[in-house]
Amino acid sequence: MALDKPYQDIPGTTVFDGEMARKGFHLNQFCMSLQKEENRKAFFADELGYMNQWPMSEEQKQAVIDRDLTKLISLGGNIYYLVKITMAQGMSVAHAVSMMTDMSPDEYLEMMKNGGRSPDGNRYVGEQQNG
Amino acid sequence: MAKITAGVGTSHVPLLGRIIDINQSKTDDWKPIFSGYDFTREWIKNEKPDVVVLVYNDHANAFDMTMIPTFAIGCAESYAPADEGYGARPVPVVQGDQDLSWHIAQSVIQQGFDLTIINQMEVDHGLTVPLSMMFDQPEAWPCKVVPIMVNTVVYPAPSGERCVALGKAIRNAIASYDKDINVQVWGTGGMSHQLLGARAGIINRDWDTAFLDKLSNDYEELAKIPQTEYIRETGTEGSETVMWLIMRGALGENVKEIHRHYHVPISNTALGHIVLSAED
Repeated sequence: MALDKPYQDIPGTTVFDGEMARKGFHLNQFCMSLQKEENRKAFFADELGYMNQWPMSEEQKQAVIDRDLTKLISLGGNIYYLVKITMAQGMSVAHAVSMMTDMSPDEYLEMMKNGGRSPDGNRYVGEQQNG
Repeated sequence: MAKITAGVGTSHVPLLGRIIDINQSKTDDWKPIFSGYDFTREWIKNEKPDVVVLVYNDHANAFDMTMIPTFAIGCAESYAPADEGYGARPVPVVQGDQDLSWHIAQSVIQQGFDLTIINQMEVDHGLTVPLSMMFDQPEAWPCKVVPIMVNTVVYPAPSGERCVALGKAIRNAIASYDKDINVQVWGTGGMSHQLLGARAGIINRDWDTAFLDKLSNDYEELAKIPQTEYIRETGTEGSETVMWLIMRGALGENVKEIHRHYHVPISNTALGHIVLSAED
């Protein structure tokens, strides 16, 4: 029997479940290595060369180089792991998060200041998206 | 005998730890957020808990993808703050209570909760930010800590029912501990937030408020909420709020809400805070 995934009808959302954890294992372990200062230095000096220490897919490596967080999430990256890349380059978590939305960082922060994104219209795929 | 006298619920937003660390928490910009903890900071000075059983989740700091315990207990002598990728927080090392940790581990495992036992680990903002919210910037934390670590990062997190039951098992364990100590249980994390995807930034004030309203007397109802509802209503990372149910389960049947604070936003997150005294 296939695993029950009752969350698949939530729009704009990827739940980090077993399928994603398997897909992203090496990607996430690479991200984890950036906790250490010497590794952050080595990564920024030669991003591809550094990533080649892990058996990541070419698509994952390219998405890291592109800082394409939306793609990285779809390739099994977990957000707490992925922000280690963006934090290492001095980007705030809110800025990194905004890159996955259709808003600029300023627009995103403005939305948050105004109470955040409403759940109304954002609970089920097919509902009207509500900024 | 040891006694659980109170429970605290609080979000553990990393930015707030940072604001305290750079001495900005008393500025006008941050006052609306931190002033919601003024009551608790005074209250806890009088309560003087000897030990806090602190329920939190690690955020890819002490643990990577190699091992993911669903429920774990720290049994170490002390816990250093983790370097989360930008240097460790300049906060005191957290002192453990090894006697109590091992007592809880043995009692709770024999009650049917197969906890993972951790004898060495660093602790991230999930554990240190609640301490900072409650105690500000002391030279040393004024209490010992028994960390209870819960997986909420990889789906599935444990169910609300299991969290309440774990809280009850911790309550039994502490009731059978022979030292005369004052114990608090803190549930941390949440409330509404989603840090990924096109839906990032979701905040559900009504849902969060209803959760706080029901925590005192209708927690068995909260325990039935499946993780998908937390995600749908409050965001992927809103799932962390389930950990508050371990705290609630540990307080016994009758509690009194003595303080509450709710603020939107802290960066991406809704901040919730509640103080419950155990009345049984």
